[in-house]
Formats: sequence, structure tokens, C-alpha cells
Amino acid sequence: MPSLGADMSAGTLVAWLKKPGDAVKRGDIIAEVDTDKGVIEVEVFHTGTIERLLVEAGTSVPVGTPMAVINVASAAAVGSAPVSEAPKTTASARPEPRPATARAPAAATAAAPEPTSLHVAAGASKMPRLRISPSARRLARELGVKPTDCHGTGPGGAITREDVKRAAGASPHSMPSEVDAKTRMRRAIGQAMSRSNRDIPHYYVAHTVDLTDTLAWLSAYNEAQPVPKRLLPAALLSKAVALAAREFPEMNARFEHNQLVPVAAINVGMAISLRAGGLVIPALANTDQLTLAEVMAGLKDLVARARRDKLRSSELAGGTITVTSLGDHGVQSVFGVIFPPQTALVGFGSPSLRPWVVDGKVLPRTVMDISLAADHRASDGHRGGLFLTSIAKHLSRPEEL
Amino acid sequence: MTRDEVQAVVFEAIKHVAPEAEPESVPKDVDFREELDIDSMDFLNVITAIHERLGVDIPERDYAKLYTVNGAVSYITAHCTR
Repeated sequence: MPSLGADMSAGTLVAWLKKPGDAVKRGDIIAEVDTDKGVIEVEVFHTGTIERLLVEAGTSVPVGTPMAVINVASAAAVGSAPVSEAPKTTASARPEPRPATARAPAAATAAAPEPTSLHVAAGASKMPRLRISPSARRLARELGVKPTDCHGTGPGGAITREDVKRAAGASPHSMPSEVDAKTRMRRAIGQAMSRSNRDIPHYYVAHTVDLTDTLAWLSAYNEAQPVPKRLLPAALLSKAVALAAREFPEMNARFEHNQLVPVAAINVGMAISLRAGGLVIPALANTDQLTLAEVMAGLKDLVARARRDKLRSSELAGGTITVTSLGDHGVQSVFGVIFPPQTALVGFGSPSLRPWVVDGKVLPRTVMDISLAADHRASDGHRGGLFLTSIAKHLSRPEEL
Repeated sequence: MTRDEVQAVVFEAIKHVAPEAEPESVPKDVDFREELDIDSMDFLNVITAIHERLGVDIPERDYAKLYTVNGAVSYITAHCTR
């Protein structure tokens, strides 16, 4: 069971998308897991053949529990070696999984039990993919109904909203023991943020930037683009943060086991609010190396999938710095809480027309507040201020983003 | 296309972006973005869905004309060549 963030302690297997004997390659989605942050698609981090599935659908297991044994079919490997499905959630911060030579699981947590010691449920391999619409799945979570308890009457046996309601009505007594999804998500956020405020000595700095020319550049750019290729300011903001993070590695890092661990990749996480309440922070891998068009496509895709319960495990676990933008809601400034074990969070307020002094004259300009919440164990306010200045500098040169 | 047909496309586009939304329930002259919690990214996806379905190219400067259901239907009806 992969860890999909500091706020996750366990997950419930919704369905296997592969069965024993299936060939899988790195990056394939092999399972769906229900977490406090919604249903997540779990990717496999090894190429090989599924040997055994160790966890049955509907079962909740702690983070680190081996879920499957994969036979790594590599010419370089010594014969057959099982590797448990436990992605390297923090690539550079955690030791590499053991090489595929020992008959032991390369689980993310050292305490994870041997897969051989687990009871392999008969028939687990025949568990078909649960057919359920996103809307019915959401309703099931709201009503505290397990999708596996619903009898599907839709096309191809798919579970419909009606089926979920029926299942909820059939088991009214089970509801009080089930905590609804909203409460679970609030608890998960509460735990992560409490930990952040308890462990991380935050400091805050803020800056105001004149975005007038940048937004004019953006309008001109979009004028020449068809609808699907247009950019939103969010793409510029994420890219500017990524480029600035290159110059300030202490802002793109993890603070773990009492020390600062620099992270080579710059994966900007984006706080996305969910309409049902709560938020998720999926990350865009290697944001600094993407073109603006790629950043925009990536963000659009992340937002759409975040709101449809289709995020992947690597996206939720891979963030190295977080951006929160409340620009759509007229908020002037936002001072965030760092998402542990990261060391910095950049907050963007709403671009707004204000009187601004340019060359000694007061002019109406579109300006935006940028804030930084950073970990004092990793950096000081002086560096934080320079980091914000660097973000502003990159934003002022949109054609170079 | 008739206004009813265009309205059906608009509702479909909104539901594609916000599956749990009920655009039918929103008064036709109020900003549906506020009613349905549609942010700028969602709105762009709505415009994209309408563009893909009807081929209407909506310049960014006209976005504000599509913030209400009635506004969107009028704009698209006037600009749709299909």
C-alpha cells in the first residue's frame, strides 16, 4: 500500500485492474485504492509479471503492506524475484528498494511483513474490475456504502446511483459506524496540517508584483491560439515557481529525520479544491523542464482528474513544493501551511486592479500578492525574500517561461 | 441550431467538467460559475468542450458573455455555423 502523502495511514483496495499472469510495465495502473483523499489509481514501479495478489478488494491495509508479488522478468535479474507493489514515494529521500535478487519484498517501510507470511485469499485473482460511475462512487462515499456491497443493475452490471441508494437503504444500521467521506477528508487534512504546525517552524514573507505586462502578453498569446491551446495564469505561476526553485534548492526539498534532504526533481504540487469539500495536492513531474503549453495541459488534466477521482499514486506522493492559488475567489493574499515533509509553499492571491506607482506616477495596474510559507529549519527570511523576488522576475519575463 | 439544442450542449459541457453539478437548477441569468463552483480551469474546460462539440471559436475577450446560461446560449447560437 503506497503512501500518498503525509496524511495517509491506510488505504482500502477498491479493485485490482490486473490479475496473476498479467504482464505489467513500470507506470501501468494496476489497482484502485480508496483513501481519505478519494479513489486513487495505483501505478506499478516495476516491469514484470504479476505472480500473486495479496490483498482482496474491500480490504483496508496500513501503508507499507505488500499488496502483490511481481515477478521481475529482467535478463539482468537473478531468476525470479518477487517485488511487492510499493512505489518509491519519495525517490531521493528514501533508500532504493533492494535489488531484485533477494526473496524479500522491497516495501517502502522496513517494518512491512514478508509477503509469504500473508494469507493469500482464494479467488482474489478473479476479482473483476468494479464497474461504477464516478458519480455513483462519490455517492457511495457520501452514504458510507462500500461499492463492493452494491448490486450493479446498469449496463454491463455497472453500479448506478440507484444501486448505491438501494444498498444504503438495505443496510441502514451500518451507516453510523461508517464515517462519511467528507469527515474522513477533513480528518486527514487536519492531521497533516496539525503535524505541519507542530513540527515545522514556519516563517512567512510576502511580495506584490505588477502583473499588467505579463497578463497583456498572455492575452496576446491566447489571441493567436485555438481554445484547447490557451493558457491560464496558473500555468505561468507554476512554471515561475519551478524555475525559481532551481535557484533555491532549500525550497524544493524534504525535511525528514531531522535533516534537510535536497530533491533533484522539481515537481510542483497544486492545491486543488474539491467541490464536495476538501482538497488534494497532485504534482506535475519535472515542472521546470516543461514548456508552458505542457504545464497548462498537465494542470488541466490534473484538475479534471482530481475532480473525477482519477489521480495516480505517483502524482499524489511526488510533490516537492506546493502552490496554492485562491485567485478565482477574489482573495487578496493567502498564507499557507506547508505540506510535510516539504519545506515551502507559495501562495498566490487574486490579480486585481489597484493604484500603483510606476515611474513616479500613480497608475491603475493589475497587481498580485505572492506569499511564501517556508520551513525555518531549511531557510531564513532573507533567502525566502530572494526566492519570491526570483518568482517575480520569472513572471515578468513570460516569453522566457 | 435551436436555442434548446445549444442549451443542451452547454449543460452537457458543464456536466462533463462537473459531473455532480445540476446546471438545469441554476437560474438562467445568474453567473453559473458561482452557483456551481466552476473555477477558471473548469470554465476553460467548458469552453473547450463546447468548441470541440460545435466548432465555435470563442475568443478570450468574449468569455464574460458566457458566464450565464442565457448569455452562453445567445452567444453560441449567434456564432454557431452548424
